[in-house]
Amino acid sequence: MTLQSTSRRDWGSHPPLLHPPYRSTSLRAPTRPLIPIARSLSESTGPVYGHESVRPLDNDLTRNGRVNGEPLGERIVVTGRVVDEDGRPIRNSLVEVWQANAAGRYVHKVDQHDAPLDPNFFGGGRCVTDDEGIYRFYTIKPGAYPWGNHPNAWRPNHIHFSLLGPTISSRLVTQMYFPGDPLLALDPIYLGVPESARGRLVSKFSIDVTEPGFALGYVFDIVLRGRGETPFER
Amino acid sequence: MTSNQTPSQTVGPYFAYGLTAEQYRYPNGQIADGAIANDKVADRIRIVGRVLDGEGRPIPDAMVEIWQADRLGRYNQSGAGGFGRQGTGTDPESRFVFDTVKPGSVGGGQAPHLTVILFMRGLLSHLFTRIYFADEAEANLADPVLAAVPAERRQTLVARREDTANGPVYTFDIRMQGDGETVFFDF
Repeated sequence: MTLQSTSRRDWGSHPPLLHPPYRSTSLRAPTRPLIPIARSLSESTGPVYGHESVRPLDNDLTRNGRVNGEPLGERIVVTGRVVDEDGRPIRNSLVEVWQANAAGRYVHKVDQHDAPLDPNFFGGGRCVTDDEGIYRFYTIKPGAYPWGNHPNAWRPNHIHFSLLGPTISSRLVTQMYFPGDPLLALDPIYLGVPESARGRLVSKFSIDVTEPGFALGYVFDIVLRGRGETPFER
Repeated sequence: MTSNQTPSQTVGPYFAYGLTAEQYRYPNGQIADGAIANDKVADRIRIVGRVLDGEGRPIPDAMVEIWQADRLGRYNQSGAGGFGRQGTGTDPESRFVFDTVKPGSVGGGQAPHLTVILFMRGLLSHLFTRIYFADEAEANLADPVLAAVPAERRQTLVARREDTANGPVYTFDIRMQGDGETVFFDF
């Protein structure tokens, strides 16, 4: 049995647990330091979700919520490569996404933002990486929306990503942002990421990915925790 | 060539229809839920708990994932069995509820345990902890991970057992701050 031995979380890349400008962290961040432990089988294994966990329209958010027409907004295609820190592709691995509609409104029932729901847009989907680690899905560019963190607070346009990777150590939940968004410089969630790492969360516009007459293309590559050490056998 | 890890971001308040849609009754599938073992399993156990914030209030918008070995201590290497996912937003007391089997020891002197991954609004990077079992006191004493935890904090990782007509129920509350603050791990 070959096991994946992943490298440690790089806290120079990830946001701290307590980040006072993001007010919700104050009562939810642990006050004691995390306790480092050696990795065992428990940390070096994880669930495997591949192509069988995805339904035909799951990777097309422009179609999977249709009721009586097309969703409103700017059609986009989002693609990227999921690799580990050594550049090895993460193959046949599930990517789950969810997002607001073009008006900045989530389907979620606790979202009370006074912007219209789109009867033809749901906002959730999933896809699986291929043999090169590449994922791809179609959607509508999400809108910005206000939130209660501070006066006149607005979240930048973003798409939520959840990745399982090969082991639970490689688990990642993150958000993809869009290039040139003026709200990024004001967003405490984005700014919680160490400055040198923030740019990794901003997708790149690509005319090559853009589909003529159909959808603008954005590229968002993702790096999950790698093996870091020689894999061990037993 | 090495690349740097993509930073984590919070799961936010609106994950339910994306990650736990069936549990929250949205028209979307979900890959895993609270039923790690189905109701035909004779030795099924239940694990319930709440996630409590720094003021001791139950958090209704957390998501808890479980990864565990089977009753013989074997991790699934080719499928998704042993993985569960629950939001805390559908129970009136903001509890998560998992129905599963108690795992066997996975080796390395480790006591039976489940790995927990915790996500929520206000948590920019997810957290890892473990659930151990109060009725495995002897094995717990020999567990190398518990041994790395200061003795006075070990109890935060041990679920207490109650026997009911439907089988054993283990309670495991996760306290984010203050007295009895749950131990979280880095690995």
